[in-house]
Amino acid sequence: MPENSALYLKDIHKSFGDLEVLKGIDLQAHEHDVISIIGSSGSGKSTFLRCINLLERPTEGEIFITGEKLHLDRAKDGQLDAVSHKQLAQLRSKVGFVFQNFNLWPHMTITENVIEAPVKVLGRSKAEATEYAHELLNKVGLYQRKDFYPAQLSGGQQQRVAIARALAMDPQVLLFDEPTSALDPELVGEVLGVMRDLAGEGRTMLIVTHEMAFARDVSSHVMFLHQGKVEEYGPPAQVFGNPSSERCKEFISTVF
Amino acid sequence: MDYSVIAQYFPKLLEGVGTTVELVLVSGLIGTLLAIPLGIARHEKNIWIRALPYAYIFFFRGTPLLVQIFLVYYGMAQFEAVRESALWPYLREPYWCAIIAFSLNTAAYSAEILRGALDSIPKGEVEAAQVLGMRKPLIYRRIKLPRAFAVMLPAYGNEIILMLKGSALASTITLLDLTGMARTIIARTYTPIEIFLSAGVIYLLLSVVIIWVFRIVEKRLNPQQSVKIA
Repeated sequence: MPENSALYLKDIHKSFGDLEVLKGIDLQAHEHDVISIIGSSGSGKSTFLRCINLLERPTEGEIFITGEKLHLDRAKDGQLDAVSHKQLAQLRSKVGFVFQNFNLWPHMTITENVIEAPVKVLGRSKAEATEYAHELLNKVGLYQRKDFYPAQLSGGQQQRVAIARALAMDPQVLLFDEPTSALDPELVGEVLGVMRDLAGEGRTMLIVTHEMAFARDVSSHVMFLHQGKVEEYGPPAQVFGNPSSERCKEFISTVF
Repeated sequence: MDYSVIAQYFPKLLEGVGTTVELVLVSGLIGTLLAIPLGIARHEKNIWIRALPYAYIFFFRGTPLLVQIFLVYYGMAQFEAVRESALWPYLREPYWCAIIAFSLNTAAYSAEILRGALDSIPKGEVEAAQVLGMRKPLIYRRIKLPRAFAVMLPAYGNEIILMLKGSALASTITLLDLTGMARTIIARTYTPIEIFLSAGVIYLLLSVVIIWVFRIVEKRLNPQQSVKIA
């Protein structure tokens, strides 16, 4: 079963000291799936997303990325850690991650931001990587700004560069961690537009978001998390239209 | 004020400037090279890696530079192993003793400056590198160190200026640096005001040059700061 899925997570637990944030979450994403993860703040959505590529080390669970099992071992502090840093880096390079705060490198131009990992990690030539970077910047509507530094761009533009930077690695899966939450309201649309295009291309995506209308329109599946557990999971029509869980009903009614 | 004394001995003073500049440049270079691994170790999470350079930094920051110079110059010769080592021809020279003391001293301060700069890099920028499959050495080389160098330059420039002034202590172990040369001239001419004033002005000018060089380097390492914000 894990072999043919883009992502497969089994029984992910995460505790910070005595506080159990994730209480056993399973998720399987097939190719072309667009899965939105919703829930109130503190429900563990971001923590779960960050566990997938070990930005947060889970306390329990198994992780398969493009069918390959990430080998985990218990560290001294009780959390699971990668056995091999090499394998971890290799699997991470297959999973694009877009942060809430963009996290572009301020000392590089946006083209340099985009080509950094393809050149240094994948070993592509600079010319080839630059050509591809310009193609991607064009795709997110920022080719004109290719020699700008991040500080010269608006938040929405920076986030689009961050998406281009993730795409430059030709990832099998894209993870979005509240990509529009740090943006001014008028800039949200441009980022969602890019993400909508990516979903339309058939990219496999996991999106932690508060943009309910977007989640409803774009997702193939929606996962509703509540207090570290999957409370509701299914196609958007079901989760938004006819949820079986009371809590999910309540949540949907407050956000719409 | 006897200006003719200044004019007469100015070339001699300039000879001393050569030694001072050399001391600052050579120990600054060695000190910086030492400071990079030390600063990285201080920034690392692992407690053992962090603790090791701490004792070293604690000692060099907690004792006077003059004591450190004396320890190297008068102290090292006490050990037979030092006297019999292949390095003895160097270690007996006051010049190299001063270089050793200055290098070790400035390395301790620079390491702490580097650590502070590394600690100040937003965690997200490092995570962004990690999720792209970049590994630790690469992240240091491409993200953390370039960012840290740019951040630490003002503090580091300060440290180099402090070292320039600290280098006057080299005169206590017979070196004819700017201060040493000034004292030698004064012993001959009994004109302390004229000569020390000249030395002071030269130190001042050297500081200005350092500030100026650092300003240029700062601009080059922070290209994003000289562009217009749209």
